[in-house]
Amino acid sequence: MDENVTTAVLEEWVRTFATLIEQNRDYLTELDAAIGDADHGSNMDRGMKAAVAALDDAALTTAGALFTKVGMTLVSTVGGASGPLFGTFFLRMGASFGDSDTASPRDFAAALRAGLGGVVARGKAEPGDKTMYDALAPAVDALDLALEAQSQLATGLKAARDAAATGRDATTPMLARKGRASYLGERSVGHQDPGATTVALLLEAATESSF
Amino acid sequence: MKKLINDPNDVVAEALLGIEAAHPDLQVDHHNKIIYRSDTPKRGKVGIISGGGSGHEPLHGGFVGLGMLDAACAGEVFTSPVPDQMLAATKLVDGGAGVLHVVKNYTGDVMNFEMSAELASAETGARVLSVVTDDDVAVQDSTWTAGRRGVGVTVLLEKIAGAAAEQGRDLDQVAQIARTVNANGRSMGVALTSCTVPAAGKPTFDLGEDEMELGVGIHGEPGRQRLPLAPAKEIASLLVEPILTDLPFSSGDAVIAFVNGLGGTPLIELYVMYNEVNKILAGRGVRVARSLVGSYITSLDMAGSSITLLKVDDELLSLWDAPVRTPALRWGI
Repeated sequence: MDENVTTAVLEEWVRTFATLIEQNRDYLTELDAAIGDADHGSNMDRGMKAAVAALDDAALTTAGALFTKVGMTLVSTVGGASGPLFGTFFLRMGASFGDSDTASPRDFAAALRAGLGGVVARGKAEPGDKTMYDALAPAVDALDLALEAQSQLATGLKAARDAAATGRDATTPMLARKGRASYLGERSVGHQDPGATTVALLLEAATESSF
Repeated sequence: MKKLINDPNDVVAEALLGIEAAHPDLQVDHHNKIIYRSDTPKRGKVGIISGGGSGHEPLHGGFVGLGMLDAACAGEVFTSPVPDQMLAATKLVDGGAGVLHVVKNYTGDVMNFEMSAELASAETGARVLSVVTDDDVAVQDSTWTAGRRGVGVTVLLEKIAGAAAEQGRDLDQVAQIARTVNANGRSMGVALTSCTVPAAGKPTFDLGEDEMELGVGIHGEPGRQRLPLAPAKEIASLLVEPILTDLPFSSGDAVIAFVNGLGGTPLIELYVMYNEVNKILAGRGVRVARSLVGSYITSLDMAGSSITLLKVDDELLSLWDAPVRTPALRWGI
């Protein structure tokens, strides 16, 4: 519970996320083809590859600088709605960490919640709209609950991963109320949301990193 | 797929090179994919920028020039440009009087423009206002959806707001005029064929030889319903009636009537449509003060048409009539 989160581990998380996105690129794009415009996987893959390249070029020592770099890169390279949404998520995480050299598990949970706040501010999504929010919000709540129960961060992240996966699956029967999928109305029902799927990968990447 | 292209991945970049070569009045920032006026920024003039996914030409780059836009940002085909582009464009056109962003109501466009406005204010202190167009009556306007799509009214708004800025009105006035245009305009479209995105190589959706998609969006988004193909007279009625009901337009109103081609429909058919639209409006006592017929906001090679009606008063009409010199609209000069 007291162990600090190093910037190296946070960077490992980002790189693992990029790998998972690459491996799931076609799957994410297929999901998007059903209710969107068939570019979520390729757009996210382009963005995360650019983010990894940016990390290769810059030795970033603080969590704040790391996530700000990732966020700015996503905003500049992804486009569509995912660029501003995932970009804002990482930018707000970066702002939450600030200039501090060290981060506690609670700092990490607070940053994740700040990222969620950024997504809500940018996308105006509410629960049940069939968006990335429906996977991210339960994950943030699950991590907070676990830390309050004195769990290790790694254990809390497993709970967050499971909550994100459950939230992702719950988007399938939902009627889309945001983004391009909302033009489909009833025809959006029965399809899993691509953004929520990406969030589940983000949390999966966290459990595969050495937190 | 049969297209006049070299490589599907180079379509946007090569089209920008062509625009630069064809129009000496304009300049192109190829890195940021911005088309801008050679004489921008003009000291004391409100700058107006727009942008969006490519594939809707001449929107937006074809409307850059005197009396209309100062700059336009081109995204990939049907994909919103990123904030860096709008930030660079905002800096390019800011002559000290602030900058208006004209944004079509699509989730990606709205968010990317919003971020660019925040960045511009933070970096340069430039005052930025945004106007979002949402005139497509085919989409249910509800807090439970992304809202109506921005379509044909965007063209009329860029012309009218551009004239207001050219006359030296301040940012608040230009934005107010733009909002008035959006509030008083309505559109609806019909597709006879799908479009084919170059990188995809195949039609976005399937539409039978004897079918049409009523209420289609400019990226091939589904419409209100799929119907058997009908004579132009019936199609005009299916498009105009929902527009007239929605605002509502009443007898005695003056309008700008805009019959738009979606990219794959010849002008002769658009005039057949215009004739039908004109008859319906005459029957309702709606006076057509000005007309615009042609392909101005397109969906690549989609065959079909959209109708836009904008209720106008003398002020909006005089701004519409003001001089304009752009690749796609040019009069009074």
